[in-house]
Amino acid sequence: MEVLQPVKEPKASTDAKVKRVMIIVSKATLDNVYASFILANGARMEGIEAELFFTFFGLEAITKDKLKHLSVATVGNPAMHIPTMLGGLPGMEAFATSMMKKEMEKLDIPPVDEFLEILAASGVKMWACRLAMDMFHLKQEDLIEDLEGVLTVGDFYNRAHGEGTHLMFI
Amino acid sequence: MEKTIAGVNLIVDDEGYLQDINQWNKEVGTEIAREEGIEMTDKHWQVIDYIQDQFKSDSPLTIRKVGKSGVTDIKEFYSLFPEGPLKKASKIAGIKKPVSCI
Repeated sequence: MEVLQPVKEPKASTDAKVKRVMIIVSKATLDNVYASFILANGARMEGIEAELFFTFFGLEAITKDKLKHLSVATVGNPAMHIPTMLGGLPGMEAFATSMMKKEMEKLDIPPVDEFLEILAASGVKMWACRLAMDMFHLKQEDLIEDLEGVLTVGDFYNRAHGEGTHLMFI
Repeated sequence: MEKTIAGVNLIVDDEGYLQDINQWNKEVGTEIAREEGIEMTDKHWQVIDYIQDQFKSDSPLTIRKVGKSGVTDIKEFYSLFPEGPLKKASKIAGIKKPVSCI
């Protein structure tokens, strides 16, 4: 009988290391926003450059009057382990959100507004998507002060040069 | 793993983090910092003091906590210990590698 060989790990040369992560934030549910923030912050903690590109609904995470009111999706989220009909009942989303916020505070994970300040202070560059801003009728003054600027998709790709640059879509 | 730093025989892990803070002294810290390309200043030592205090009181370290410490802010922390401040500062402070993701 043929014995399966374990998969050999690829030989890592020093230049194969991740040097820069470019994260596209396309949704503004609390879990998606935190996933992208933690990835960006974690990159900086390892000495890796990080940039965030906010597009479509992801823009809410950097819209001044919206960013403090993001919530967890209770409908269409199988990991909630509740029937979809129940997830749609009034108050469910607020309940799930407050539960999640409580757990995160225990782990010293900051709220969205403070997290954005930490990211900026850590050297994470944050960009907004021009097309999505036009679509939602947003002006730059509607967005956080720490924003680096507004980019087209092309501008964003042009920033993603250099070996060891990785793009992520969240 | 053993390593001699500043004339002291130290027990370190694979990445050079001290396993016993009692083996640490300022000369050891200065030497580790030099290996990391950091020339220590008074401000650096203030941060190291804070990190050691937190470690001794068993309180897990995060970037957020260091930023709120009153000793330094996040921007300065990154400029004092470039390329991974929490890890570098922990190494110089003679404590184990931090496991925090934030």
